[in-house]
Amino acid sequence: MSSSGREGKIIKQLTWNSRQKDTIIALLFLVPSLAGFTIFYLLPFGAGFVYSLMDSPTQGSFVGLDNYRQLLQSASFRQAAINTGMFALISVPLVMTISLAVSIMLNRVLPFRSWLRAAYVMPLVVPVASIVLVWQLLFDRSGAVNALLSAWGISATDWMNLSWARVVVLLVFLWKTIGYNMILFLAGLQNIPKEYYEAASLDGAGAWRKFFSITLVCLTPTSFFVLIMSIISSFKIFRETYLIAGDYPHESIYFLQHYMNNMFQALDYQKLTAASFLMAAVISVVVMILFGFERKFHNNTK
Amino acid sequence: MKASIKSSILFIVLLVFAMIMIFPLIITVTNSFMTESEIVFNYGMGKEIDGFVNLKWIPDLVSLEQFKALLFDRMQFLIMFWNSLLLVLPIVLGQAAVATMAAFALSQFQFRGRDSLFFIYLMTMLMPFQVTLVPNYLAMDWLGLLNSRASIILPGIFSAFGVFLVRQFMIGIPHDYVEAAKIDGAGYWAIFYRIILPMSRPGIAALVILVFVDNWNMVEQPLIFLQDAYQQPLSIFLSRINEGERGLAFAAAVLYMLPMLFVFLYAENDLIEGIQLSGVKG
Repeated sequence: MSSSGREGKIIKQLTWNSRQKDTIIALLFLVPSLAGFTIFYLLPFGAGFVYSLMDSPTQGSFVGLDNYRQLLQSASFRQAAINTGMFALISVPLVMTISLAVSIMLNRVLPFRSWLRAAYVMPLVVPVASIVLVWQLLFDRSGAVNALLSAWGISATDWMNLSWARVVVLLVFLWKTIGYNMILFLAGLQNIPKEYYEAASLDGAGAWRKFFSITLVCLTPTSFFVLIMSIISSFKIFRETYLIAGDYPHESIYFLQHYMNNMFQALDYQKLTAASFLMAAVISVVVMILFGFERKFHNNTK
Repeated sequence: MKASIKSSILFIVLLVFAMIMIFPLIITVTNSFMTESEIVFNYGMGKEIDGFVNLKWIPDLVSLEQFKALLFDRMQFLIMFWNSLLLVLPIVLGQAAVATMAAFALSQFQFRGRDSLFFIYLMTMLMPFQVTLVPNYLAMDWLGLLNSRASIILPGIFSAFGVFLVRQFMIGIPHDYVEAAKIDGAGYWAIFYRIILPMSRPGIAALVILVFVDNWNMVEQPLIFLQDAYQQPLSIFLSRINEGERGLAFAAAVLYMLPMLFVFLYAENDLIEGIQLSGVKG
């Protein structure tokens, strides 16, 4: 008895030591990444938060949430925040629906299937800057879209200088993002066992019924991920908008990133840090809520 | 019969859609063979023109004039191309090295705080560039690296994305390989270098492609960190050429996307696998 107890203790000791050793080795492998990540992201992030509570980055004094209060009172910030939020609310469901539709259509035996797939993925690798000119030629006041419309007797519209600019930016976003989402959905569709559909057919379920009770349900984990990635890409549309329309585009496509860039150029670090922390906080909260839902769903299906 | 009609309709819908997707690409390529004067005639100099632009598929006169001007007559284009490479290659190589090591630790080891640490990486990855802009700028100011390439390369190397992607791949490699190698007396570095790295080849390939694409496209960083015009990468140059010298813009765009198109044609499957990996849970 006592000897086996001792053995147990020794084994415990051994495993403890090997676990400790594992931890140390793991940390050694992490050191390069963690060091850089801390120096270039985490530490300055913390410092930035402190700056957002001061009245000047050098020898400033603590002003609490004053910068945030001023920020929220700024009309251009509010406009930018509303635009960014609205754009995400509209573009994300739209891009998800279209990409799901495309991937369901592609998920069967078709002629030239891999060529079609390649065409949808292509915009992912095409550098934004190289395509901007085409977008300008299409949607400029004297652009090709207006040329076509005027041939039909419709008068020219200055697309980029009206609220229509939103639609143009939305089109660019869809063009750029469908490929990524489609690949994720295709992978998800291929993981659904064929037997589910066969069983449902035997029970006499129609195509829509199968879509709602099998496809959508089985795709939930994929859709969750596509949702997060689409939200993130909707914030990245700034790059395209900036290249097409510059620092100060029409107010309907003036996004938070424009605001922050312009605050940076104006050396207004207080508003800039406050705005970036507010944005980070909102994104974190949204993502955590989504993760919470996902976990709940995951536990329910288990 | 009915099924074949249905799939023909689907095929046509998908085909039309696919045409729309590659339309900007095709137009850019065909227009790059126009002469400068034909472009200016059809599209104007950049600002106002009388009437409408006349978007053309096929040049009247196929010529290599634009390419010749960019590659031989103006040094500027080649310098910018070189600038882009000088920024992108160190980021890709550095991130591949740093991220694979970190991903190895985060996937094949058990230690306290592992999952929280991964969550921090994940959240940072989700932030738009502007959120990390101020932190990056402050760090570069402290380190005295403003207005140098290092101010873009260093944050690029340590971006959380690489760690995330490679970790997603490595988490799928069973621990048994590590355990077996340990019993055979292999050191940790050997396990990493000889076993885990070769097994992660597809994941690393995907990382290299996605990081290359993303950085080849960079716009925000050079605008903020590089004041000197001679250091600017091609992405910035292109958006200027559109306004100033429209006659050369199409060929410049084609040359600019050529590396990307090669990467895509050569490694489409790795790219697709990489995107699928980013959706793997765990």
